Amino acid sequence: MYEFDWSSIPGALPFLAKGMLVSLEIMVAAVVIGIVWGTLLAMMRLSSIKPLSWFAAGYVNTFRAIPLVMVLLWFFLIVPHLLEQLLGVPRGTDMRLGSAIAGFALFEAAYYSEIIRAGIQSVSKGQMAAASALGMNYWQSMRLVVLPQAFRNMVPLLLTQGIILFQDTSLVYVSALADFFGTASKVGDRDGRLVEMLLFAGAVYFVLCFSASQLVRFYQKRLKTA
Amino acid sequence: MAYNWNWEVFLQPSATGSGTYFDWMVYGFKTTIGLSLTAWLIALLLGALVGVLRTVPNKLLSGIAAAYVEVFRNIPLLVQLFLWYFVLPELLPTELGNAFKQSNPFVQQFLSSMLCLGLFTSARVAEQVRSGIESLPRGQKNAGLAIGFTLPQTYRYVLLPMAFRLVVPPLTSEFLNIFKNSAVCSTIGLLELAAQGRQLVDYTAQPYESFIAVTLAYVVINVTVMVLMRRVEARVRVPGFIGGK
Repeated sequence: MYEFDWSSIPGALPFLAKGMLVSLEIMVAAVVIGIVWGTLLAMMRLSSIKPLSWFAAGYVNTFRAIPLVMVLLWFFLIVPHLLEQLLGVPRGTDMRLGSAIAGFALFEAAYYSEIIRAGIQSVSKGQMAAASALGMNYWQSMRLVVLPQAFRNMVPLLLTQGIILFQDTSLVYVSALADFFGTASKVGDRDGRLVEMLLFAGAVYFVLCFSASQLVRFYQKRLKTA
Repeated sequence: MAYNWNWEVFLQPSATGSGTYFDWMVYGFKTTIGLSLTAWLIALLLGALVGVLRTVPNKLLSGIAAAYVEVFRNIPLLVQLFLWYFVLPELLPTELGNAFKQSNPFVQQFLSSMLCLGLFTSARVAEQVRSGIESLPRGQKNAGLAIGFTLPQTYRYVLLPMAFRLVVPPLTSEFLNIFKNSAVCSTIGLLELAAQGRQLVDYTAQPYESFIAVTLAYVVINVTVMVLMRRVEARVRVPGFIGGK
């Protein structure tokens, strides 16, 4: 039987904490950019200007057809190469964190835009009509009337998507960027205690994501009764 | 931009001497398909079972099923994969663990990936099955019990025939996801599509062609599955029912 030895974990905690900060940084940045870009995509998708709507549909469907790992590999292997040649970024610049954020944000925006589109559609048409009747233009009625109501309904779904995104940040492993999981696996390898490290990492993810999803559930219930 | 496009690279004999680079792609494609389909089978069977258990009145059974779903949903897929591949063989009884570690590396990678993807997806399938059963009017279960069916009979003859038809459309997206998620298995060295894409970049020095080809292959899989599932959905649609439209 395997003999567990957890003694290497306390010493590794500072590294793991640093890694967790990287994971959280990627998540927060990708959520913020993803929601903003996703909102724009959803508005384009619902727009009466056909080319905009086609563009948004094409964007969303393409990103939803490709594995996240492939998107990340594009951003880690191909995009830096492209930037070197097009913009003359010096060779060997470490763009991994930026690449990761850009990759996640562009990818998640496709998923966010579908949530937001459903949210906008759930606001009754009369609201837009009423806003126009008050003399607001498109942007004013979207910003002041439709989106605030849409977002209120969508918050639980957007948060759940955020939790999924947090789990997915572990995939930056493919670029050897030292996020929480990457650090855990590296330290585990170094100390010859990969088994304990991986179990510990799994437990940490579980506790964080489970508590977060319970909070979302609680909030969802309150929203329903409110 | 000074880049030499060369799509003929796929026809060149590969560095390992056997076949062309296109054969590498085909190999990866087959692995992705084989892995995803076998994992999907596991996901459907286990997911259906766990999803049903979540709705039974027995608190212990439904509690176990709920815990199962939470565990598989709240740990990242990559972490689960590493647990299956690196950790499980260590925790197995020594003989079994050694037998696994001495087997063909491809077999090790494939089995771990299959179990990982299958169980990961089964938790999601279970949630869909549960919500399918819960979306049925409560009267159906009561009617089944009232005419003298036992609870298992009510499930077998009344609830499940309806619920399984209702969950097909939401399961389509899980089916699509399993193909996409299989790309994660490249991290443990399984030579599926994404991994072959990386290898092609290393060996051919034609990164754009390699990645475009692999990405398109995923799009093709996605579109094919979607078209097939639309036909299945049309066949199993329950007329006049929510979700059946």
